[in-house]
Amino acid sequence: MTFLLGSGAGFSGDRTDAAPPVVAELIRRGQPAALIFETLGERTLAAAHRAMREDLQAGFEPLLEELLEPVLADCHRHGIAILGNFGAANVAGACRVVRELAARQGCTGLRIGQVHGDDVRDRLESLDLEPWEAETRALPMGESLISANVYLGAAPLVQALERGADVVVTGRVADPALFLAPLVRHHGWAWDDWDRLAAGMMAGHLGECGAQVSGGYFADPGFKEVAELATLGYPIIEVEADGRLVITKPAGTGGCIDARTVKEQLLYEVHDPAHYLTPDVVVDLTHVVVNELGRDRVEVLGIRGKPAPARLKTTVCYDGGWQGEAEISYAGPNALARARLAVSILHERLRFRAPAELRKRLDIIGHMSVFDDDLGRLRQQDQHANPAGDYRVRLACEHAERRWVERATQELLALYCAGPAGGGGVRRHFQRRVHTASFLVRRDDVTAHASLYEDAAHE
Amino acid sequence: MSDAPFGAAHDGGDGVTVTLHQLAHSRAGDKGDRLNLSLFAYDPRHYSLLLEQITEPRVLALFAHRGASRVRRYPMPGLAGMNLVIDDVLQGGVNGALNLDGHGKTLSFLLLGLTVTLPRSLLPERLPAK
Repeated sequence: MTFLLGSGAGFSGDRTDAAPPVVAELIRRGQPAALIFETLGERTLAAAHRAMREDLQAGFEPLLEELLEPVLADCHRHGIAILGNFGAANVAGACRVVRELAARQGCTGLRIGQVHGDDVRDRLESLDLEPWEAETRALPMGESLISANVYLGAAPLVQALERGADVVVTGRVADPALFLAPLVRHHGWAWDDWDRLAAGMMAGHLGECGAQVSGGYFADPGFKEVAELATLGYPIIEVEADGRLVITKPAGTGGCIDARTVKEQLLYEVHDPAHYLTPDVVVDLTHVVVNELGRDRVEVLGIRGKPAPARLKTTVCYDGGWQGEAEISYAGPNALARARLAVSILHERLRFRAPAELRKRLDIIGHMSVFDDDLGRLRQQDQHANPAGDYRVRLACEHAERRWVERATQELLALYCAGPAGGGGVRRHFQRRVHTASFLVRRDDVTAHASLYEDAAHE
Repeated sequence: MSDAPFGAAHDGGDGVTVTLHQLAHSRAGDKGDRLNLSLFAYDPRHYSLLLEQITEPRVLALFAHRGASRVRRYPMPGLAGMNLVIDDVLQGGVNGALNLDGHGKTLSFLLLGLTVTLPRSLLPERLPAK
């Protein structure tokens, strides 16, 4: 029987009203289904660990309650399992929020499963580590080390479902494993049924970023038109027992699903398409075919699988000191020349007002910023920018000590009175940085398991 | 073929030069300091042109100013597209970069600013909007 996977969120900070139309469609269809919230990336895992350094009660998805509030009772009533990596750095903290929400909503008997085993911080130094293939940084040790989390596979999530969990809360697991787990549970796939595991992982890969497969992150007016982006429908993936999968979305929602949206998401964050590494299977995409079956219905065929890798990826977070940012605007006649002058003044001031080890970067937003490198090489080559535009000079800097990023950004603030004419709209911002690096641990060194969150059974 | 970041269409005599943006779409993804850019022809007839002209050395040159160390290209003929994997191009990646766009998400449109020369007969009759 077909299993339906609905996406409720594709990243931390995603729309919090995306899930209800997906849940309504899952209920309308009446087939076995699960709802997935994927809210954890390299950036957000670091943010969660940063938050926990300030507050031990934090460290899980900050929007968790807002995401679950409109759908928890409906999902529970209709037997739709909810799986999410919204536990981030504090799985128990997220479980507590779910339990309290369930109590307020009168969801009696809701069982919350929690996945353990991704956190290897305490035994990192005893593990056999290899650098991840594109990693150039050395393993940080001692006090600067904040966390180490393994990308777990779907097995402990399946265990949580088998123990009767209605909601499964995880920390670091491979994003598509959130989708694979209910498929393995429902279809009874074996852990060496590589082609089916690969299809399930790709169902997850296509669904894990939410609207990125259904018209989000796609529109390019005049080239790739997408209707009604303000009411974008999040994806539902139909997966058969033999691994066939179809991507669709709730009727009456905005967005679009066609071969182009599916192809863009198929290779998103993929490196070698013949060896897409996941904890449970190595996926081979080289024979994939994408067929449009009808409006907002796309079938993906030809996904193949190979045995799971011997090592699992581990993200290590460590203290990255402080980052400071400050910006000032110049607009109207001769604005570019005034912005360039501001940049050169800042370069000169920072040479004697900040220590040499301060990492820094200056951009002229509106002329050349995100494409450029830290030295501004593209900006220096390009002489064709509009001299009378609307420009914003941005300074970004990083140092182990906060006082030096404060001092450096204060130099931009001082341009108000001591810089070029007509500068305005200064904003300054500081934050602690958490740097990340990736390593590989031996699969056998990782012991993941699931348990039911105790207090939940007696609500 | 000049690789200014913002190319424009012009007639090159025996062929027509257009920005890659006219013929193909792309999405960027990041892991650590590594970027991948998928690239798909709107019209499968343009796929072989992309293979001829969007080469590893050319993409490496486009990202040289950001310290890119290696580009690997994986053709995906079944999808009329390719995957470009670029190493050491994110200047520290999402948690280490000083760039406003630490993910490198905008860089798909730096790629689409490259130019491609094609025979007049293969010029799209209209923009590839659906």
